[in-house]
Amino acid sequence: MTSIIQFRIPTGEVRKVDAADGETVMRAALSQDIPGIVGECGGELTCATCHVHVTPEWFDQLEPASGDEEDMLEVLDDRTEHSRLCCQIRITPDLDGIEVAVPEH
Amino acid sequence: MSAHHDVLVVGAGPAGTQVAVGLVTAGITGSIAVLGSEPGLPYERPPLSKAYLVGEVPEDTLPLRSAAYWLKSPIELHSSTTVEWLDPALHAIRTTDGREFTYGSLVWAAGCRPRVLPVPGADLSGVLGLRTLDDARWLRGKLGPDSQVVVIGGGYIGLEVAASATKLGASVTVLEAQDRVLARVAGAELSTFVTDRHRAAGVRIELNATVTEIVGDGKRCTGVRLANGETLPADVVVVGIGVVPNVEPVAAAGADAPNGLLVDVHGRTTLPDVLAAGDCALMGTDGLRLESIPNAAAHAKAVIATLTGEPRPGAEVPWFWSNQYDLRLKTAGVLAGYDATVVRGDPATGRFAVVYLAGNVVVAVDTVNSPKDFTQAKQLIGLDVRGMIEALTDPTVDLKEVARQGVTV
Repeated sequence: MTSIIQFRIPTGEVRKVDAADGETVMRAALSQDIPGIVGECGGELTCATCHVHVTPEWFDQLEPASGDEEDMLEVLDDRTEHSRLCCQIRITPDLDGIEVAVPEH
Repeated sequence: MSAHHDVLVVGAGPAGTQVAVGLVTAGITGSIAVLGSEPGLPYERPPLSKAYLVGEVPEDTLPLRSAAYWLKSPIELHSSTTVEWLDPALHAIRTTDGREFTYGSLVWAAGCRPRVLPVPGADLSGVLGLRTLDDARWLRGKLGPDSQVVVIGGGYIGLEVAASATKLGASVTVLEAQDRVLARVAGAELSTFVTDRHRAAGVRIELNATVTEIVGDGKRCTGVRLANGETLPADVVVVGIGVVPNVEPVAAAGADAPNGLLVDVHGRTTLPDVLAAGDCALMGTDGLRLESIPNAAAHAKAVIATLTGEPRPGAEVPWFWSNQYDLRLKTAGVLAGYDATVVRGDPATGRFAVVYLAGNVVVAVDTVNSPKDFTQAKQLIGLDVRGMIEALTDPTVDLKEVARQGVTV
């Protein structure tokens, strides 16, 4: 099964990316060279270079952030109430069509 | 007949992969190939000692880019390909299986290999250094409630393995040759804190320990013998005593390689059209070769800028991380040449930082479970903080406030 992830990049353009079930949004972004998603630490909740703003209607469908993820989000200058590290968002069929925005750096 | 590539990248770790992927993203039109010595797709190494080892993440989450990416990418990926010879005049390399490639520019990013313990028995089955997915796969299959693990070397890799093996129920001993763990990369305060955490988890830590032999039944290891005569039973021995840069073919071709390949700020070695990046490259004049993902990324950016003719990216503060149990250790800066430490916060709370000073100048900051301090600590590195020691010790004063008042030296 694959689902679609929609990335809104800072230019305003929306790029659609196929992601396999179980794949993280960060991995899917890297495989399509989505600008602004670096994923330097490889998903170890260390670098915060995969920060996204999830659109509100999708945000509520995600598993809540862990304490460790909250700790990392807390220090981001461009954090919003819908901020997540997308290495922690694993694609399921329920998330088909999810839209996230990549903050400007 | 040899294949020609405008950019030939040797090494498919994070540095080599980022160079190739970054060149494509930058819109370079020439041909690019990546030669990796391991089988399979380029992958993440950090989880090998942590989340992958304890089974929290499956193997298929490790590739840096998906198989689909490599299929459609213009980058030619050659796995199981090791380079053994380089002719800088001919701009040619040869692999161990006799294939030849020529290049416009060569980027050497072949990483490092674990240092082998120089004692009898180090080649027995069951003794390994953890570097590759193959190593981690093997280790993952061996660790469990019945396994007796001896870790030789109390550095980050050894301690991460000790934490993971403990989590899996193994009985674990860490042997450290010096009088404290993390002696090369952290101050005494952090060494003590980390040692206590491991001991609380049931790990036996032996300091000032000298290994004289790994004993076995002729085929497999069965124990580790110490200079004091004691033999610790072991069915798994993990050796984490540092790494050796994989640079022999380039050094043999004449490159300056005092400790890894010497490169300038543009990533250029002393050979024409040969650049280097990552763990195997020595950038800067201080003689310190860094081994980390952020360093590989910084090198890759420098190399990409050189090959595309873009301006060199600004210098970044080096940083490092390690996860053990519930500890998230992060270091900003490089721990060298310090003469004083300032502890910020109470280690008993499990959240604190250690600031390392050379005179009045901050050279590095270690943080434990303090991501905010870590983020702000990067701004402190290289600043003169005289008169502000009290503020540094007070966790209620943000480090960015100290940095704002610090003086650039």
